[in-house]
Amino acid sequence: MNQENIQRLGIVVSGSLNKGVEVRLDSSASVEDMVVGRYVTIEGQKRRFFGMITDVSLGVIDQKLTLTPPDVSNPFIAEVIAGTATYGTLHILPMLTISGDVASLIEGPQPVKTVPSHFSTVNLASDRDIELVFGKEDKERFWIGNPLDMETKLCLSMEKLVERSSGVFGKSGTGKTFFTRQLLIGTLQKGKAANLIFDMNSEYGWESTSEQGRNVKALKQLFPSRVAVFTLDEESSRRRRVSTDFVVRIGYDEIEPEDMVLLRQTLNLTEPAVEAVYQIYRRFGRNWLQEASELKDPDQIKELLKELGIHESTYQNLQRGLATIRRLPFLLPHSPDNAVSCVLDYLDRGINVVLEFGRYKDVASYVLVANLLTRRIYAQYQKRTEKAMAEDTVKPQPLVITIEEAHKFLNPEVASQTIFGTIAREMRKYNVTLLVIDQRPSGIDEEVMSQIGTKIAFLLDNERDIDSVLAGVSGKGELKSVLAKLASKQQALIFGHAVPMPVAFQPREYGSAESYKHFIPSAETEIEKQAEKDIEELWG
Amino acid sequence: MSTDEVQRVGEVVEASTTDFVAQCYELYQTPPLGSLVKTMDLTVELYGIVYNATTTSIEPGRRPIARGRDEASDDEIYRSNPQLLKLLRSEFSALVVGHRQGDILYRYLPPKPARIHSFVYLCSTEEVKEFSQSFDFLNMLINTHLPVSTDELVAACLRQMSQAYEDRHAFLVAAGKELAILLGGEFNQLKSILGRIRQ
Ligand SMILES: Nc1ncnc2c1ncn2[C@@H]1O[C@H](COP(=O)(O)OP(=O)(O)OP(=O)(O)O)[C@@H](O)[C@H]1O
Ligand SMILES: [Mg+2]
Repeated sequence: MNQENIQRLGIVVSGSLNKGVEVRLDSSASVEDMVVGRYVTIEGQKRRFFGMITDVSLGVIDQKLTLTPPDVSNPFIAEVIAGTATYGTLHILPMLTISGDVASLIEGPQPVKTVPSHFSTVNLASDRDIELVFGKEDKERFWIGNPLDMETKLCLSMEKLVERSSGVFGKSGTGKTFFTRQLLIGTLQKGKAANLIFDMNSEYGWESTSEQGRNVKALKQLFPSRVAVFTLDEESSRRRRVSTDFVVRIGYDEIEPEDMVLLRQTLNLTEPAVEAVYQIYRRFGRNWLQEASELKDPDQIKELLKELGIHESTYQNLQRGLATIRRLPFLLPHSPDNAVSCVLDYLDRGINVVLEFGRYKDVASYVLVANLLTRRIYAQYQKRTEKAMAEDTVKPQPLVITIEEAHKFLNPEVASQTIFGTIAREMRKYNVTLLVIDQRPSGIDEEVMSQIGTKIAFLLDNERDIDSVLAGVSGKGELKSVLAKLASKQQALIFGHAVPMPVAFQPREYGSAESYKHFIPSAETEIEKQAEKDIEELWG
Repeated sequence: MSTDEVQRVGEVVEASTTDFVAQCYELYQTPPLGSLVKTMDLTVELYGIVYNATTTSIEPGRRPIARGRDEASDDEIYRSNPQLLKLLRSEFSALVVGHRQGDILYRYLPPKPARIHSFVYLCSTEEVKEFSQSFDFLNMLINTHLPVSTDELVAACLRQMSQAYEDRHAFLVAAGKELAILLGGEFNQLKSILGRIRQ
């Protein structure tokens, strides 16, 4: 090990496994250099611990000092009392043991089950320590950024990430979309999953504009041969010169009562109106919407309502809602082509699908389309997985479905009834997981939140949102203070299934011509050339 | 060890486990307050820190009388009364703070006190440096009850020792930190000592 790089901070003076340990700072280490969220190693007698600074405080040996402060304008006196009569303490949460015992030698870092002994030395974690814990950039691991205040590359195993659902949370403008783009590139690069992205704001497939007004490229431009852009709004796509692969249109007969449940609030439907949808559906089957739209004759309507036991006012309420839906331009009584099989076809060929919503980014369109497509695609995956299990053949490649504004699908009121709720709860049973993006995680059903394996939290300033993101995490109090101190942009805390321990980090820079080069693996030279050409075209 | 380059400053005339008193060969030639001195017998070298110095009449109870009424300066008094140099003596006391046996330096009390008539030497720069590698002796200075104020003695001692170092500041800061820890709750005492050693 390189002795020169080790920066000693102090020694452990007290602590407990639950609450973390107190470290007295050496006088040579300045409190002002210690930042919450930094990593340290603790050299215990038998093992090395890896932990995170969660608090920094000041202490004095003698309370009198606080009443009659010494003359620190004299540098000599200031120097003498620093670290002796006055001192800094760090609160550190040990999280892993990184060497020493057999288990951690074989299986890598292990969760802590004890605390380091009294007066163990505490050092700032070196690049090598970080690498030991999070792994190196390699075939499986993708470089997502660097730990706060460190130059080291922080890498994430893409395979682990897609094993469970994940979530990206944070206030508006914190960098969720930018980071999600990188995560998607990661899965593409490492080839660990196929992606289906419901791109509400048309930011993932093709160019969009950053807050600084600069054009930012997206997946299809970087990986032209491996990404297909589907659009709901052909005109908008054409105007933005997106090379689209498919225009999605939905037939009335593809809408099911479950979709109406999701849209209840958006369409202002009453409970009985939603109930009525089920009844109409039972009566007419798949063609229910068409049939309900064609009902014009008042006598006929009256008879039907009587037969189904639907109240007149409920029916009016329902009809108003259905009228809103029928006005959606991408909805046709009969769709000429089958969007679901087309998506599946692309996914099967290993091509990732981004569905742009163009101008139709109202809640009704987004929720309706995402739910409807996902339900049917998921059914296919379910069938295939079950078949593969029965015949003992390979399961389909994992599918990751990305949704923005996730609370619209996963709020407590609807989570139990929608396909997204099901996917989140069933975990990876059928090789389909979610990547949810949301500004208000407290709006998402608690049970669903608890099933999200890996969470990436950008700055959140609402107490309820913070609580819901950190629910069930050990060291919650400490992480809360780390989370609260994140910068308002481009800093996040990642924790959960895909990382051995929580880490606050800064996502990689995305959006400059230079940055794109790094996101394209050198093996894919052809794509790289294409991207270089694109870059040249873009930036001259 | 050669004692040629070290300066002989006196001879032990009274000794106990914790300190010794030495008489100077020349009147008034006492080593400075706080300086590190040593004395040796056959196997052990004793280190002491000068904490007090006196000049008194040789005969106990006989106090010198004033003689300068008709002299122009005080030096004249000694010139016209050469016997005075024989009737007075200068002595200093040193607190034993460590010893060396064989090659090893111990910063705690030796098994036996110094022998009467052993010579006392002022320690060389090298010896001061070696001895002050550890600040254990500060604890002894602080915790022994002496006729001079502890604060004065500790400060004088550190000032003396710092002269052996090129980087006096670094030495004094390190010593100051040790004191800050030793004095713990007594911040006023720390302040008073620091006030006496800062440059
Ligand atoms: N990794 C990054 N590299 C470069 N710029 C970034 C990065 N992350 C964020 N930004 C900057 O911050 C701005 C906001 O980021 P982004 O659009 O991802 O926010 P968001 O969290 O998705 O917000 P909203 O919730 O409103 O959609 C971007 O336009 C960009 O200028
Ligand atoms: Mg966004």
